[in-house]
Amino acid sequence: MALIEARELSRVYDLDAGRVVALDRIDLDIEAGDMVAIMGPSGSGKSTLMNLIGCLDKPTGGSYKLDGVMVDQLDANGLAALRNQKIGFVFQQFNLLPRADAATNAELPMLYAGFNAKARRQRSLEALARVGLADRWHHRPMQLSGGQQQRVAIARALVNDPKLVLADEPTGALDSKTALDILALFQHLNRDGVTVVIVTHAPEVARHARRVVRFRDGRIMSDTRQEPVRAEDGLKELLAEAAS
Amino acid sequence: MSFMEALRSALQAISANALRSILTMLGIIIGVAAVIAMVAIGSGAKARVNDQIRSLGANLAIISAGNVQVGGVRLGAGASSSLTDEDARAIKREIESIGAAAPFIRTQAQAIFQGTNWSTGIQAVDNDFFEAREWDVPVGRMFDPDELRRGEIVAILGQTVARTLFGSDDPLDQIIRVRNTPFKVIGVAAAKGQSAFGQDQDDVIFVPLETGRRRIMGRNYAKDRSVASVFVKFDQEAGMANGIEEIRALLRQRHRLTEEAEDDFSIRNLTEIANTATATANTLSFLLAAVAAVSLLVGGIGIMNIMLVSVTERTREIGLRLAVGARPRDVLAQFLIEATTLASIGGALGVALGLGITVAIARTAGWPVLVSPESVLIAVGVSGLVGVFFGFYPARRAARLDPIEALRRE
Repeated sequence: MALIEARELSRVYDLDAGRVVALDRIDLDIEAGDMVAIMGPSGSGKSTLMNLIGCLDKPTGGSYKLDGVMVDQLDANGLAALRNQKIGFVFQQFNLLPRADAATNAELPMLYAGFNAKARRQRSLEALARVGLADRWHHRPMQLSGGQQQRVAIARALVNDPKLVLADEPTGALDSKTALDILALFQHLNRDGVTVVIVTHAPEVARHARRVVRFRDGRIMSDTRQEPVRAEDGLKELLAEAAS
Repeated sequence: MSFMEALRSALQAISANALRSILTMLGIIIGVAAVIAMVAIGSGAKARVNDQIRSLGANLAIISAGNVQVGGVRLGAGASSSLTDEDARAIKREIESIGAAAPFIRTQAQAIFQGTNWSTGIQAVDNDFFEAREWDVPVGRMFDPDELRRGEIVAILGQTVARTLFGSDDPLDQIIRVRNTPFKVIGVAAAKGQSAFGQDQDDVIFVPLETGRRRIMGRNYAKDRSVASVFVKFDQEAGMANGIEEIRALLRQRHRLTEEAEDDFSIRNLTEIANTATATANTLSFLLAAVAAVSLLVGGIGIMNIMLVSVTERTREIGLRLAVGARPRDVLAQFLIEATTLASIGGALGVALGLGITVAIARTAGWPVLVSPESVLIAVGVSGLVGVFFGFYPARRAARLDPIEALRRE
């Protein structure tokens, strides 16, 4: 059984201007442990798909199973619980709480999972250690670089041990070196068994994935497996270029 | 999310915008402070009125002679000598609900002791008077029956007179002179304080009724055994209105008034007057409550306004919380708790300010104040309720946000 099973998945918006078919009867399976890039230009339906597989939105047609749970039959509370337990989100703009330190930010999903304060703090520190920020737990977002802020966001995504980490243009707000840092972190996490889905329009991001699914006009245009480029290699090249 | 976490997050949000939060609370602070101060002053005044009512004596009515027509001209109370001490005795004898009926005459005269003199009220009374007015004579004694019957020249002094004429000396068995008559002081009455009308009730000398008639008041009173007024004390307040009608019927019969003739006396229910004063104080309290309601309403609208702003400002935060697993009701609770905390802090600050104002007024103006713990609790509680009520709409708006839309918002 695949982690993600989408069958004939459709999302149609009824706007004043008329019906817009954002996603047109998609069939898509994603296996646990994979690292998948969802690609496509804006308007291709990739964001709509991300909202659907992230349980933020409900399809207008077809069915979607996440880890064996039929998502389209859940109400708002059920969706919230599913997001909380099974999905870790990483956003382009990090979306950290500006007045809270790194550990408190990383704890946020656990606030809604019923952990006590001590357990929360312990697990958030573990998650921060996983992303290499163990010594920055008390820093506020303002005191951290963009890459570090995104690491805090990734720690937040990992803190509930999700089945799936869903990243929406995670390197879009970062320079190329920091972007490679973050991609290396994703690859590292993936090798440890975390399923990673990255939504992006950038080929230089997508080439780090094991599988690339390209969208256009609400449909899957291509679905290919590839040998991923190691982000660490890219980093070494970058350093060598800087040295010469 | 547990309550404590929501509370901590609320306090963080409130302190992050300290100035804005204070300005928002201002409506509630001022409203609550005004209520606390006004209620304290109002209760103080009410307590004073109650003291004065109690100092008058409970369940009291006063019968005054007068209200007679002489050749078409109606004369005021005390203008005729229609009331006698026989009337008083008859009332006490024949009307069951009466505890005491005290006839008395009052005049103003100069009292002299050695080099000192003092103009004071002279009241010619019998011992029923002390019972009716619930007035003790802790120093010395009351009049004995012989003194009353024979009209002996003895006197009981009010506190003010005793202090003025004797200072700190013991007035007992001393001789004072009133209208050239030497009175022996046999007692000093307890302090009564001010009357409801602002008179010093202790500025008085009591003499036996008979003595007053013969030695002080002049011949009219001596000739016809009349008195100016009779204090009537009822056993309980409930039967007073009926009792007064019985007295009226009895007196009309005793005075042989025909059916068409008007009363030659008047009866006032003093307890009723006192109750009217209390009712006035209650009306004042009601008005205060109305003012409080308006100010809390205004404060509540301020809170609603700022919470709506806050929801708009923090749309992305709400979207994030929803995305990582907050249920709509978690978001609702968070904003509701924030609004309630804001309002409760405002209420608490208002109480502090109100108490400060109360103390300042008590010190500077010397008004009597009375802070009741209930009013403080109610003020804080109502502020909290205002927060819940006016916080609900913004909180529901936050809870109903679509996470996708909210995350996209700048």
